[in-house]
Amino acid sequence: MSIKRTLLATSVSLGLTAGIAAADSHAKTITIATVNNGDMVRMQGYTDKFTEETGIAVEWVTLEENVLRQRVTTDITTKGGSFDIMTIGMYETPIWGANGWLVPLDDLSAEYDVDDILPAMAGGLSHNGTLYAAPFYGESSMVMYRTDLMEKAGLEMPKDPTWEFIAKAAAAMTDRENEINGICLRGKAGWGEGGAFITATANSFGARWFDEDWKPQFDTEEWANTVNFFKDTMDASGPAGYATNGFNENLSLFQQGKCGMWIDATVAASFVTNPEDSTVAEHVGFALAPDTGLGKRGNWLWAWALAIPAGTQKQAEAKEFIEWATSKDYIEMVAANEGWANVPPGARTSLYKNPEYLKVPFAQMTLDSILTADPNNPTVKPVPYVGVQFAAIPEFAGIATEVSQEFSAAYAGQQTVEEALENAQEIATEAMEAAGY
Amino acid sequence: MARAVTTQKKVMWTALAWGFGLLMFFPILWTFLTSFKTEAAAISDPPVWLFFDWTLENYTAVQDRSNYPKALMNSIIIAVGSTLLGILIAVPAAWAMAFVPGKRTKDILLWMLSTKMLPAVGVLYPMVLLAKWLGVMDSRILLIVVLMLINLPIIVWMLYTYFKEIPGEILEAARMDGATLRSEIIHVLTPMALPGIASTILLNIILAWNEAFWTILLTTVDAAPLTAFIASFSAPEGLFYAKLSAASMMAIAPILIMGWFSQKQLVRGLTFGAVK
Repeated sequence: MSIKRTLLATSVSLGLTAGIAAADSHAKTITIATVNNGDMVRMQGYTDKFTEETGIAVEWVTLEENVLRQRVTTDITTKGGSFDIMTIGMYETPIWGANGWLVPLDDLSAEYDVDDILPAMAGGLSHNGTLYAAPFYGESSMVMYRTDLMEKAGLEMPKDPTWEFIAKAAAAMTDRENEINGICLRGKAGWGEGGAFITATANSFGARWFDEDWKPQFDTEEWANTVNFFKDTMDASGPAGYATNGFNENLSLFQQGKCGMWIDATVAASFVTNPEDSTVAEHVGFALAPDTGLGKRGNWLWAWALAIPAGTQKQAEAKEFIEWATSKDYIEMVAANEGWANVPPGARTSLYKNPEYLKVPFAQMTLDSILTADPNNPTVKPVPYVGVQFAAIPEFAGIATEVSQEFSAAYAGQQTVEEALENAQEIATEAMEAAGY
Repeated sequence: MARAVTTQKKVMWTALAWGFGLLMFFPILWTFLTSFKTEAAAISDPPVWLFFDWTLENYTAVQDRSNYPKALMNSIIIAVGSTLLGILIAVPAAWAMAFVPGKRTKDILLWMLSTKMLPAVGVLYPMVLLAKWLGVMDSRILLIVVLMLINLPIIVWMLYTYFKEIPGEILEAARMDGATLRSEIIHVLTPMALPGIASTILLNIILAWNEAFWTILLTTVDAAPLTAFIASFSAPEGLFYAKLSAASMMAIAPILIMGWFSQKQLVRGLTFGAVK
């Protein structure tokens, strides 16, 4: 084929597949950055209703969680003004609020009923008592287990199990011949993946990230107990290659009937009980995250929330959208169209007083899990930070990512747990000293 | 006997080449098959190959949720625009380096290439602040300029390699016939180097098409190309592999078609200079 023909064919193939972008005719348009998950995607589907009611058009920028974090952080720190609303989590909200980067949500309308927001959520999304982001949905973590396998093992799951029971049940449910792993947990590196899980677990073993003087605590017995317990349990009853398994990998294993138990985000309950996607939907039970009898459970607390960056020129419109998307009316609209199991959970107290919603099998356990997590007192000993599975300081994400890489290397057998903890202590100490703590 | 060995060798090399080719192509084939599965079938273990209920629902869902034509148009404009702008700058630069080299030409060439070794994130903030100051955030022109700058070292290097193959005497003859510098480059050099320029254009369109750092971080809505379109279907909390596969197929289809038509030029572009 001649060069001219090649270039011609190239232009035609590109040209033929191209369309003409539709021009936006709306006078007022707000741009929202958000994550790609079921509840957020569902909200995008109802945007037309909001536009009909208010005349405000909405442009969505949907990104993967880590990309979104990088994108919105760049924008807010440079006062880029690219977004009018940002979807952020409990980690960013208090830090950004303290820096004056977010518009305080202290003048929401009476109809919105701000006091209806679950106190744990409102607390985690505030700084000095001022709310900076409205929760769209909230989550904790809990035990999801196979009722049929538990019965076969001759055991009964208590409502509030201990880690000792979990390890025992995992061993009893493991059936390597039939590819059934007693337990599936996150071992994947990343502060929001395996890092979040091991930090929440460590709380229940009495460990903490920093003492009251911000000194890292990985050289303590509590941390050694936590990581050794995790590795021993997973080596005995977990899936092969668990060091690289995160939420999605474990969800896939559980839905395929290859996990006896899975301890993870409460939002996963709607996935594993959905018969369209899950082969074990009929046999799933729920329990609180385990403890060791020290008074703290190994569950976390998280919310995806909507916040207004201080640089926006469309504050009023953005506030109007936030009031609409996180309102009681929105929840009722979704319930009417798609059923109560599909409403965004974990944000409002009134939802958990609704008898219709309480019929959803995982509703009460989700609420109980959320209520047992306390971001201000996450672990047994006092800590200087806020956050259950994270410490709400800017340095945390970087340190925790490196620390979780050390732990994952230990799970994979590339180093011992002792070496991983030593390295973690060194990484954290160096970073905290460099940050001036 | 010798002939038999040659045939045997040929069969072996052919089988090896096919095996390697299929291995390289497998991820695209798997993405293609997954895009027609339900989300449940997409994660089934053992995996299903061909015998599943083929569905177009993922493509419909992707179309419903996003503005594919707009992202596609942005990708085309940005990829083609940055490449052509790069060629405009690189042809005179490569001409100078190939035909009137100075003492430091080699050093300059190496220095240009070394800029590719800089981690992009290192200049993220200066770039964003500059774009904001110029008022060009989320614009196609910004991405055309940025991607042109990123790919310029490769364009200059490729053209320089092609130009070095052309005997300088031909250009000298043109000059003796009274050709100006402009007509020497346009009417003598460019037609002779057209195969090289074509393969440089094609390779750089592919590089610009696939660039997924700046195209995501410097865009919001108006200039967001197909890389941002794919990123919107990736989810760490939820299994949407079938939809992600459908979005990926839609994003790579145009460049695959282009690659298919231009494979000869591409191979020539990639191997030129090494196998003369």
